[in-house]
This record gives sequence, structure tokens and C-alpha cells, in this order.
Amino acid sequence: MSEDVQAHIRTYRKVGGALAVLTVVTVLVSYLPFGVPLAVTVALIIAATKGSLVVSFFMHLIEERRAIYATLLLTAFFFIVLLFIPLLGHADKLGEYYTVPNANAPVAESGAH
Amino acid sequence: MPDVTTAEHAAKAGHGHEHGHEEQSFWRQYIFSVDHKVIGIQYAITGLLFLLFGFGLMMLMRWQIAYPGAPIPLIGGLLGDERAPGGIMLPEFYNQLGAMHGTIMVFLGVVPLAVGGFGNFVLPLQIGAPDMAFPKLNMASYWSFFLGGVVMFASFFVPGGAANSGWTSYAPLSVFATTGQTLWLVGMIFLITSSLLGSVNFIVTTIQLRAPGLSFMRLPFFVWAQLVTAFLLLLAFPPLEAAGVLQLMDRVAGTSFFLPSGLVYADAPWEASGGGSVLLWQHLFWFLAHPEVYVLILPAMGIVAEILANNTRKPVWGYRVLVYSVVFLGFMSFVVWAPHMFLTGMGTTMSSFFQTTTMIISIPSVVILSALFITLYGGSIRFTVPMLFALAFLPMFGIGGLTGLPLGLSAPDIHLHDTYYVIGHFHYVVAPGTLMALFGGIYYWFPKATGRKMSDLLGRIHFWGSFVAINVVFMPMLYQGTAGMNRRMYDGGEQYQMNADVLWLNEVISIGAWVLAFFQLFFIYNFFNSIKRGEKVGANPWQATTIEWQAPSPPPHGNFAAPPVAYRGPYEYSVPGAPNDFVMQGDPDSAAQPAKV
Amino acid sequence: MDIPYIVEERADTGLNNVKLGIWLFLASEASYVLLRLMAVEWPLGVDVLNVPLGAVNTAVLIGSSVTMVMAYASLKMDSLDRYKWWMSWTIGLALLFMVIKGFEYNHEFDIGNFPWTSTYLAIYFTMTGLHALHIIGGVIVNSYFLGPGAKMWETNKAQFTNRVEAAGLYWHFVDLVWIFLFPVLYLL
Repeated sequence: MSEDVQAHIRTYRKVGGALAVLTVVTVLVSYLPFGVPLAVTVALIIAATKGSLVVSFFMHLIEERRAIYATLLLTAFFFIVLLFIPLLGHADKLGEYYTVPNANAPVAESGAH
Repeated sequence: MPDVTTAEHAAKAGHGHEHGHEEQSFWRQYIFSVDHKVIGIQYAITGLLFLLFGFGLMMLMRWQIAYPGAPIPLIGGLLGDERAPGGIMLPEFYNQLGAMHGTIMVFLGVVPLAVGGFGNFVLPLQIGAPDMAFPKLNMASYWSFFLGGVVMFASFFVPGGAANSGWTSYAPLSVFATTGQTLWLVGMIFLITSSLLGSVNFIVTTIQLRAPGLSFMRLPFFVWAQLVTAFLLLLAFPPLEAAGVLQLMDRVAGTSFFLPSGLVYADAPWEASGGGSVLLWQHLFWFLAHPEVYVLILPAMGIVAEILANNTRKPVWGYRVLVYSVVFLGFMSFVVWAPHMFLTGMGTTMSSFFQTTTMIISIPSVVILSALFITLYGGSIRFTVPMLFALAFLPMFGIGGLTGLPLGLSAPDIHLHDTYYVIGHFHYVVAPGTLMALFGGIYYWFPKATGRKMSDLLGRIHFWGSFVAINVVFMPMLYQGTAGMNRRMYDGGEQYQMNADVLWLNEVISIGAWVLAFFQLFFIYNFFNSIKRGEKVGANPWQATTIEWQAPSPPPHGNFAAPPVAYRGPYEYSVPGAPNDFVMQGDPDSAAQPAKV
Repeated sequence: MDIPYIVEERADTGLNNVKLGIWLFLASEASYVLLRLMAVEWPLGVDVLNVPLGAVNTAVLIGSSVTMVMAYASLKMDSLDRYKWWMSWTIGLALLFMVIKGFEYNHEFDIGNFPWTSTYLAIYFTMTGLHALHIIGGVIVNSYFLGPGAKMWETNKAQFTNRVEAAGLYWHFVDLVWIFLFPVLYLL
């Protein structure tokens, strides 16, 4: 039992170190002259890596039970549906962008009626 | 068949030493209790009181709609000059009544009664658990709900009165609204926190505390309905909480999450950065509020299934089909919110997608309703009071569901949107539908909670009076709505020529509402009178099969003397060859004598 | 009857009540991530916010996650003293995080950045504010388990360890949210 915990602690230290390194990397990468799409991708990949480290080791998800996975799967499904909401909110503006050459001015004007 | 392997495991798991009944103070026992039964009853009574209050608001509105501009009789003078000078209702007050009627009925009335009340009281008993998994959390959930209710109630007394932007609180109207709206948001945050805590508790309890042998496919349908409901609450409510926080920020911190650029209010440009999206609020709100419809209806279906099986003396037809349908319904309910927004200019692609999902979700609903109907076929029906209510639920929910289909299709919705048809439709689901089932549930489990039966005669008067009156209220609304009469009209729609033909129905509906209120008096008297003077009954007065009827009535703290074990499915009625027409889930031997009635 | 499966795991689900409960709670919290809405204009966070302070804060919060997991491991190794040491660090780092956050807010107010200035700043203040509320909640819970709650160690070690594990899961979740918030708000 105690041996088991010792092994865990060694893992925690390594994960903690990795997270610290990745934080520095995130900041450094942000100074590189990437375009916005690439910058978003890189930043999110790093964040996702850090996140999965935390979830897998600190939260012990890697050795968790089926019922927890099922819960999280359900959440994931639901979360994807949820992401549609901002998209849908955005979709109702798409028409304006297509029909109105200058997106800002007419929108402000139409609001004044 | 008895399940032996799980029975052994029972002995190990339920190593419950009888917790002595230490004398607890009145406060610990009845007010700040952690016992799921007490909390369930607290929820139920608070919910019923709020239902009565919300109904009262509606009766005031119905007066204004039926007799626009006439002073309100009896209580008109008590409302105060800022609400109804000389007893004549102000438009602002009418708006408050409308918004608060919706909020109170849904969030403070039906949900607490159906989920908090029945869920808390019945669910642990039905799965043979000693209590909820987290009793203190359960108490916190009730008090958070109570606080939310107090805040909502108090909002009537702040300057400008209660929230008046409709129960949907659409932005930007709600962002400009008076102080009442802030309190509405704060109240909602309390209520959502409460149902969040409650739903975690329900799910854990159902998954973890089932009696040995009670596999998922042996759960009573009521438990399934509550489980799916809890998942809906768990996942659908937090987005509204997030949205509520955003609207609160818009109102208090001057942000513009829901305010577009260049907004003009009262002939002056609104001082805010703009750049937000008004539609976002509607998406967020309906993302909660559509699953919320199923939160309102699923527990009712569960109650009806229990009562039908018990009073037809036969198993619920197609148990597995029911379970799969209710789970599918839960999933689908997350992708059907947008029919509420067909007229917002959302775009036709979006409308097509959502009208498809809406048509799909009607399939499991119809399957459930059909299965419940088929249950009646060939049964030897006992027309008890709970059964009358359960029987009434079926056609009422049928009307409510079918009238919803035209609203889910974008073309007819153009005509029907925001008319009285919509009001008629969802009230048929929630009022004659859910409320009938909930009343049935109260009559059905009242003996379990108190050890006494409610009066049969008064129950029948209550049923027939309510059943007729409630249809007089809502059926004409469908007619008015189809004729094009808009909702939310302070003068009841008088100002529009096109309503002239259907205007006379306003008075009919209002009288129906007051008659409905009159028949509730029988229920109120019956409820309180039966607590003290009802006919005494034993543990299983309805000769039912599920585990809650194994506990004494009323069950003591800890519920069961010995840990129950489930040996068979929940609805073993009229088993061929059995000595009685019912075999309880906890009977080890199917040939054994049933528990004493 | 006592409530079963408070400590021991139910055979068919392999879980105790608390663990299932806390994971469900975290599942519901996921929807707050939704608060990252679309603002019409999204400035480069670097130009508006103080990146070094944010980066330091990220490190501080990750550090507190590490100490939290160490506290839990100490209980597993049967040492209450070491648990208290690590738990104190966890709380201390969380408070440090809040102090730095306070300086950041102050700095933003000084240069005239308020929630009503733009939707980007509105999102920044709302999200970091809600995150801070979660931190405060975590600090309160952790302080309870450091102080009065730790009495349970003498009566029921297993249940106390479970409780600390659940508190830890919550704490890592708060850390996790920040791991995503930091690049999204500060760097993009």
C-alpha cells in the first residue's frame, strides 16, 4: 500500500514539473508571430495536454471506474450540444455579414429604429 | 425468480444497526430535518402553497382579462395604489402578475412538488434505501429552494414591483426592467443551486443505494422517470445559471452580453459598449426551459404508471419499452429548444433542423402514452381516487402533446406563435396533465406519509369538479388562439377587431378558473382534515407491490426495520397461480402470503 | 439502518457515494465554460492584460494542485501531520493566487479597463470573477478539512480520506479551468 502511494507521489512530482514547463511554453509560444488560427490551435493543444495531465493523474481518472466514464461521456455529448448555442447565436448574424458590405455602421443604424 | 447471489450481498451491505430513536428537538425533527421523508413533505407543502399563490395571481389576471378596467372586487382595495389604484389593475402590475405566475408555477410550484416532494419522499422508499445518499445536502437543497422562494416573493414589495419581463425574461427588455428583475435573477440562482444539489443527490441515491436484487430493469418506472429527470436538471439548469449571472452582470456591472451595439432606449442611446447578442439569451433560456418541460412531465408519467399498474391489477404494459423511451426522451430533450424561437429570424436551415428533432421527440412520448393506455386493456380496474386522476392524465396529456405538434413545425407556428393557442397547449401538458397526476400521487401516497387515507367522497368531488373546470379553462384558449388572439394582452385583446368573435370566451375561461379554485377548497380541507382524522390504514392499503409499501406507515427514521431485498420486477400483479392478485417485490417466495394489509 | 456505501464501494458500480456525487457535480459545472461567448471584437489579450502576472498565477495554481494531491497521498500513507503541512500550502497558494488576482484587477481599473468598457473585458471580469468565487469556495472547504473537519481522522480514517479526495477533485477541476482560461483570455 505504502509502496503504491510512493509510486503515485513520484508521478505527481513529474506531472507537476511537466505542467510548469508547459506553462512556460504556452507563454513563449504566444510571442511567436503565428496567425490567429494557428495560435489558437497551438494554445489549445498545449492547454488540452495540461488538462489531460491534471485529469488523468491528479484526479486519477486514468484508473477510474466505468460509471464515472459513463457520466463524463454523457457530459461530453451534452457539452457538444451546448457549444452549438454560441454558434447558433452567431449564425443569426451571418446574414448581415453577407448582405451588408460594412457590417458595423448599418447594424448600429438599424438598432436606432 | 428469487435472486440468490444478490441476497447474500444484501446481508453484507445492509449491516445496518438500528440507530436508536434518540429524542430530537422539534427544530431538528420537523424544520431542519435531514430525513428524506420530512424534507419531501416540506417540499411538497411549500410547493403546494406556491401553486396556490401562483394560481391566485392568475385569478387576478383573469378578472382584468374578463372585465377590463373594472375594479377588482373584495381584495382590489388591498393591493395598494402603486398596483391597483381604486381597485383597477395597472398594466405594469398585470405584467408583473404574468411574469411571476409563470415563474412561480414552474420553478416554485410544480418542480418542487414533483421532483422535490415526490422524488424525496417516494424514491428512497421505492428503492429500499434508508435515506438519500447525502442527507445534509438534501436539507441544504430544500433551504436553498426556500430562500429562492422568499426572494421571489419579496420582489413584489420592492420599488417597481416584481419582475415584469415575462417568465422568459427576454433581453434586452429584462436588462432595462425595474429592480424586481434583479431579485428574479438572484432568486433563480438560489433555485438552480437547489435543484443542482438535489439532482446530484437523486442520481447517487438511485445508482448506489438500490436494495440488493433491485437491478435497473427491476426499478419501478417512477424511479426511472425521476432518474432521467435528475439528469435533465443536472445538465440543463447550469447553463441558465450561467445565463442568469451574465444578465445580472448586464444589469449590475453594465456589461453588454445581451445588448447589441447602437441600442436606443427611451429615445436616448443606451450607455453600454454593445456588441452582445440578444438571441443568445433566448438560446440559453430555452436550452434549459425545453428540458424543463420534460422535468415537469416525466415525474407525472412515473406517478401515473405506478397508479395504473396498481389499480388495473396488471403489470405496466411494455416496461422495457417505457424505460428505453424515457431515456431516449431525456437525450432528445436537449436538442429541441429552438421551436420556441422560430419567429426570431433564426434562419430556415436552423428551423428545419429543429422541427425535425421536435417531430422525433414526439415518438417516445407517444410510445409512453400508448403503453400506458394499453395497460388499461383487460385490467380489472379499481376506480379509486388516485386512479381517477391517473386516468384523467392520459387524455389531458394526449391533448397537450398533440396540440404541440403544430407549434413544432415552423410554418403553422408563424400563425400560432404567441397566441392563446400556445398557452392552451402548454397548460394542457402541465396543468390538466402534470397537476392531475400530482394530485393522484398525493392521494396515492398520502397513506404512506401519514398512516391515514384521505376522504374518498371529498376526493371524488375534488376530481370531478377540477376535471370539468380545468377543461373549461383551457379548451377555449385553443379556440381563441387559432382565431389569432394574442397572449399578454392587458385588456384581454379587446383593442383588436379580429378578436371580436372570440372575446366572449374570456369571461367563460375566467369563470372556469374561479370554479376550479372553488373545487380546490375540497382538496385543502381534505388534506388537512385527513392528517388528523382520516381513516387509519396499514402498511399497504392499496395492495401494491413496490418496496415502499413494505415499510410501516408512516415509516420511521431509517425507513425499514430490516434491509429490504428485491426478488422480482416491480409490477407482479395477477401472477397466474399466486394465492393473491399481487406479489410484493420483497417477498422471498412467490407462493408466500403477502404482507398484512 | 445506516446509509450504505459511504466508505466501502458498491460491488456493481465500484464506487462510493461521495465519489460519484462529486464527479456528477463537476460534470454539471462543465457548462460554465460556455461563458466564453463570441464577442464581436476580440483584442489580443497580450495588449490588454498583464501576461507575466497571469503566468505566475498559473504556476501558483498548478503548485497548489500538486500540494493538494500530496496532502491526499499523505493521508493514504497514514500521516496526519504531513497532510496538514501540505494542506496549509494548498490554502496558502490559493490565497497567494487571490492576492495576485487582486493586483491584476487593480491594475486594470487603474488603466481604465472596466467590465462595461468592452465585451472582451466583460468576459474577462465575469470569467475570472466566477473562477475566483470557485477558489474562495475551495479555500473554505479546504480550511474546514484542515481545521475542525480533521477531527474525523480519529473516528473514521477512511471516510475522512474520501472527503479529502472529493475536495481534491474539486480543487483540480478549478485548476483545470484556469489552465484553459489563461491562454484563452491572456494570450489569444
